[in-house]
Amino acid sequence: MSLLRAENITVSFENVRIIEDISLSVAEGETVSLLGVSGAGKTTLFNVLSGLYAPDEGKIYFDGEDITGKAGKISYMLQKDLLLPHKKVIDNAALPLVIRGMAKKEAREKAESHLREFGLEGTGNKYPHQLSGGMRQRVAFLRTYLASEKAALLDEPFSALDSITKSAIHRWFLSVMKEIKLSVLFVTHDIDEAILLSDRVFLLTGKPGKITEEIIIDLPGEKSERNPMSREFIAYKEEIIRKIGII
Amino acid sequence: MTKKFQSIISKFTPAISLTVICLLWLAVSEGELIPNYMLPSPVEVVKAFISEFPILAAHSAVTLQEAVYGLLLGTALGFAFAVLMDRFNFLYKALYPILVVSQTIPTIAIAPVLVLWMGFSMAPKITLVVITTFFPITVSLLDGFKSVSDDEINLLRSMGAGNIKIFRHIKLPAALEQFFSGLKVSASYAVVGAVISEWLGGFEGLGVYMTRVKKAYAFDKMFAVILLISAVSLLLMGVVALLKWLSMPHKRGKNK
Repeated sequence: MSLLRAENITVSFENVRIIEDISLSVAEGETVSLLGVSGAGKTTLFNVLSGLYAPDEGKIYFDGEDITGKAGKISYMLQKDLLLPHKKVIDNAALPLVIRGMAKKEAREKAESHLREFGLEGTGNKYPHQLSGGMRQRVAFLRTYLASEKAALLDEPFSALDSITKSAIHRWFLSVMKEIKLSVLFVTHDIDEAILLSDRVFLLTGKPGKITEEIIIDLPGEKSERNPMSREFIAYKEEIIRKIGII
Repeated sequence: MTKKFQSIISKFTPAISLTVICLLWLAVSEGELIPNYMLPSPVEVVKAFISEFPILAAHSAVTLQEAVYGLLLGTALGFAFAVLMDRFNFLYKALYPILVVSQTIPTIAIAPVLVLWMGFSMAPKITLVVITTFFPITVSLLDGFKSVSDDEINLLRSMGAGNIKIFRHIKLPAALEQFFSGLKVSASYAVVGAVISEWLGGFEGLGVYMTRVKKAYAFDKMFAVILLISAVSLLLMGVVALLKWLSMPHKRGKNK
């Protein structure tokens, strides 16, 4: 049963078609990556899926309900953490709850209860500028999770981090994802990252952007045991490079 | 040890430079390089300040009142303008040029007109302070509101926030820094604006006192009142700095 389903999405801006006939679905608790070169319309697709604007054609369903053009159902996380500098970590994380109308105290308590799970113990009363880039993305992810505990769109969330921080945050991400039941649609241009974190990978290519391939990542064991140096992993990488390279 | 010495020196640099200027001033007037009736010595200025203190205090209470009322009204007006101009683009286009032009009119030229319209009471003085103070507030707030990126706005929209929540959670806090810069400028304008408006008609206030002592060629008292006006302006700016410190806890200890 798919939780998030997009059907035949087409978007144009000023008569230029940005994305064409995109259909995809994400099941409960599944991580699906959207892999594509820059300019393939990833961000446009995300804005449409999160309901910031309606597509020219197509429908988006969430939990069976038509949410085309409706914001506030699916949460959204970007490469920039966009933490508000004037709010403490705890209030940044609790922001979506407050916006939804929850009392400030209750929202704080709820955010507080997740700090441990997200590896943010002891940072609640700090301001964002006191944290490292990796820690800030953790806070941003907690905020995203509190905005919607069911489905999240992550738009290159880790691509601004250096490679050491990035591999640490990948491990962290997988361990958090084991605890929470979140369906994730993950945009990236990092092939390793896509294979490492996903159950399935969609290739988005061309102008206008279309989904040209779906690759199911079927590696043995837990995701956290995936080794980018293993033969199977490299085989997937070769397949993806070959399929993107054709275009 | 030398490092500590250097830090002490740098801390006292402003005080030292001020002392040097005062000593130069003292030397020039005591040595009669400039005749005493043109430039009184600092000692005489201090003496005049002490002997005139009760009168000065009464006048400065009036001026301060005008300045503070005007500043509060000007801030409220500036805030309202900024919010509406940020929200409605046509208002921005319609009003911004008028606001800019309004600031090119010399205060000294409108002050007599205001006196003609409103009489010798406090009203024209407060009005003049409002006119001079609201502009920096409006401009600084507008810049602050516009500094918020589309990404931040989209993020809040994706959480289901409407315009009011976007304003409250990101636009207003993002504009605070600029707002306080504007308020600082406005606070310094406020006292000077009140004094100028008092020059042109009124019965009390530092401006009235100033015109009186000027006509009497009492330059020592003139200098004393100038010092007092500076002190009152600094006091208001200090209050603004305190307000900023209180309302922006995340900035404390960061810009040191």
